[in-house]
Amino acid sequence: MPKRLYAEALVGALRRALETDDRVHLMGQYFLGLTEHRELMVELREDYVERVYYPPIAEVGYVGAAIGAAMAGLRPIVDIATASFIFQAFPQVVNEAANVHYMSGGQTSVPMVFHFNQGIRGGGAAQHSHSPQAMLWNTPGLEIMAPSTPADVKGLVATAVQSNNPTAWVDHVRLFDTIGEVPDPDYAIPFGVADIKRSGTDVTIVASSFMVVRSLAAAETLAKQGIDVEVVDLRTLTPLDEDAVFTSVAKTGRLVVVDECHRRCGVAAEIAALVAENALGDLTAPIKRVTALDVPIPFSPPLEEFVEPTEAKIVEAVSEIAG
Amino acid sequence: MTSIGAAEDRALLDLLERMWLIRAFEEKVSDLYARGHISGLLHLGIGQEGSAVGACSILRDDDYVLGSHRAHAHALAKGADPERLMAELAGRSTGYCAGKGGSMHLVALECGFVTATGVVAGSIPLGLGTALAGQQAGMGQVTVVFFGDGAGQAGPFHESLNLASLWKLPLVFLCENNGYAEFTPLSAHTNIERLTHYADTYQIPSTTVEGNDVLAVQAATEQAVELARSGGGPSFIEALTHRPRGHYEGDQAKYRELSEREEWKEKDPIARFEMYLEQQNVLSEDASEARTIEADVRQRIEAVAEAALDAPWPAPESLTSQVLAS
Ligand SMILES: Cc1ncc(C[n+]2csc(CCOP(=O)(O)OP(=O)(O)O)c2C)c(N)n1
Repeated sequence: MPKRLYAEALVGALRRALETDDRVHLMGQYFLGLTEHRELMVELREDYVERVYYPPIAEVGYVGAAIGAAMAGLRPIVDIATASFIFQAFPQVVNEAANVHYMSGGQTSVPMVFHFNQGIRGGGAAQHSHSPQAMLWNTPGLEIMAPSTPADVKGLVATAVQSNNPTAWVDHVRLFDTIGEVPDPDYAIPFGVADIKRSGTDVTIVASSFMVVRSLAAAETLAKQGIDVEVVDLRTLTPLDEDAVFTSVAKTGRLVVVDECHRRCGVAAEIAALVAENALGDLTAPIKRVTALDVPIPFSPPLEEFVEPTEAKIVEAVSEIAG
Repeated sequence: MTSIGAAEDRALLDLLERMWLIRAFEEKVSDLYARGHISGLLHLGIGQEGSAVGACSILRDDDYVLGSHRAHAHALAKGADPERLMAELAGRSTGYCAGKGGSMHLVALECGFVTATGVVAGSIPLGLGTALAGQQAGMGQVTVVFFGDGAGQAGPFHESLNLASLWKLPLVFLCENNGYAEFTPLSAHTNIERLTHYADTYQIPSTTVEGNDVLAVQAATEQAVELARSGGGPSFIEALTHRPRGHYEGDQAKYRELSEREEWKEKDPIARFEMYLEQQNVLSEDASEARTIEADVRQRIEAVAEAALDAPWPAPESLTSQVLAS
C-alpha cells in the first residue's frame, strides 16, 4: 500500500471531493496553515479555479456565506485556518448553522464542512493555540471529525462531504508531517466508528486528532516498561462511538483520556463522565485525564511545555494507574 | 516632502533616532529568530517605521496606543523599553508580559501601549473603549489604533467606525496600508481602492498620506489629534507603506515581484528622511551624524539582546498565576 504524508492525503481528499461532486466548493486557500506543505494546494486551486474562493479577512461573512450556500444546495468546504479564528465566525456556526435544521422542522439542512487547525503548535500563545472542539461539542446540530492519520483523513473527508450536516473538521498542523499507508481506491469511513490504533490489555487510552499520535508514542515507551496500552482513536466526536470506549474499558479496566482542550468541560471530561456513568463496574482504578491545563496558552517555550499534554505526562498518568 | 516648518533640528534627529532604534531592534529580532533564540510567529515592522514614529511623536505620555500583530514598532515608538520588549519576545520572565504574551500579544501599559493582538482587527473595538474612557475622564486623552489594510474588510472594523463616529470618540484610526495581507494584494480583498472611502461612509474625516514620510504622518496625526482633543471626534489616516520582508519571519515572499521591491527601496522611510535632513542641512553632506546615531543605536540593541537572553526563564509557578485578577 502506498505511503503518504498526511498533508498529501488531505489535499488528495479535497481533490476527490471536487472531482466527484460539482456541488463541492472550497472557500479559503490554505487548509495546510502556514506550513511549507501549503504549496500542495497550488495545483488544486488552479485545476478548480471556478470553485475556489479567496475570502478577505472577514470570517463571520465568508463562513456565513458558505452556510447559506449549503442551505441552497452547494456543499462548501471552508478553511478557517487557525482554530482561534472560528470565534470570529461563531455567530454563524453556532447560532445559525447548528440550529437551522432543527428549528426549521427539518426543512433546511446545511451540508458543509469547516476546517481549522487546532492546538498548540509552538509559540502560538493564547490567541493562536485554541482547541475549540469541546465548545463545538457542546453545540447540538454539528458533526465533529478529528482524524489522526493519512488514511483516516481521506476516508472521513469523503463522508463529511456527503453528510447533510454542518461538520467541523478538527485538524492539527503537527499532523501534516506524519506518514502512513493510504489505500488508493476511494473509500469512506463512516462517522461514529472509533478505531483501535493499538491493541493492548492493561490500560485504555482514548484520544483524537494529534493526541492519538502522542498517545501511540507514549504506548511504545510504556511497552518497554511492560505496560500494554490500548489506544482508541475516536475519529469523530459527534457522532460518538461510545461502545468502542466501553468495550476497551471492559477489557483493560483502566482509562486515561488524552485531550488537548482545557481540562474543565473538555473532551476528556465528557469521556470520563460517560465511562463513570455507564461502566463504573468495569474500572479497577480511577480515571485519569491528560489535558491542557486551565490557563490561557502561554507564549514562553518552557511555560508552553508545562501546559501541554506531552508524551511524558501521558506515560506518567498511565504508569500511575497501571496494575 | 512635507515640512513641519520651524521644528528644531534636535526634534528631527530624535525622529531619525527612534526610527533607527526600531530598525535595529527588528533586525536583531530577525537575527535571533534565525539563530533559534526566539520562537513563534513574528511579524516585523521593518520598512514601516515612518508611520509608527510619525504618529507617536506627537502623542502625550497619557495617550493610548493599540497595535495589531505587527506591533513591535508601535510599542517602541510609544516609548516601550527595548530590553523588556526583547525579553518578552525571547519568552523570558523579565519581559513586559512575563513571557506569557510574546510578539503578537505585547502590552506595555506603563507607556500607554495598551495592547497588540493576534486577531486581525481585534484591537480596533478595544480602541473605542480606551477612547471612551479618555472622553469620560475629560483630560483630553486620545487613542491611536494601528492596523493593516487587511483589517479593513473585517466586521469589527466597520462596527468600530460607526460607533466612533456616532459617539464622537477621541480616536485616530491609523491604517498602515502596506498593500498586502499575508500573501495577497489588497485588490484580492476589496474593490475599494482607498481605505479612506470606508471612513467617508461613516462621516469620519480622512486623509491618505505617504506613510514612509515620517513628517507627513506626523502632520496628519497632529491634525487628527487636535480634533480629537478638542472634542471633534475621530479621524482616519491611511498611511501608504510597504513591507520589504515576508509577512512573517521565514516567509520568502515569492508572491511579490522583484521590481516592486526595487521601487520601494528608494522610499525606505529612514533613507528618505536622511536625504531630507541632508537637504535641510540638519545633517552634513556625509551624514556622519546619522551614522553615529545608527551605530549608537545598534550598540544599544546588542546590549539589549544580550541582557534579554541572559534573563531567566519564567518559573513554573508563574504558569497558573494571573489567570484571574486578585
Ligand atoms: C481574525 C483573523 N483572521 C486571520 C488571521 C491570520 N492573519 C494574520 S495576519 C493576516 C494578514 C493581515 O494583514 P494586514 O491587516 O494588512 O496587516 P499586515 O500583516 O499587512 O501588517 C492574517 C490573515 C488572524 N490573525 N486573525
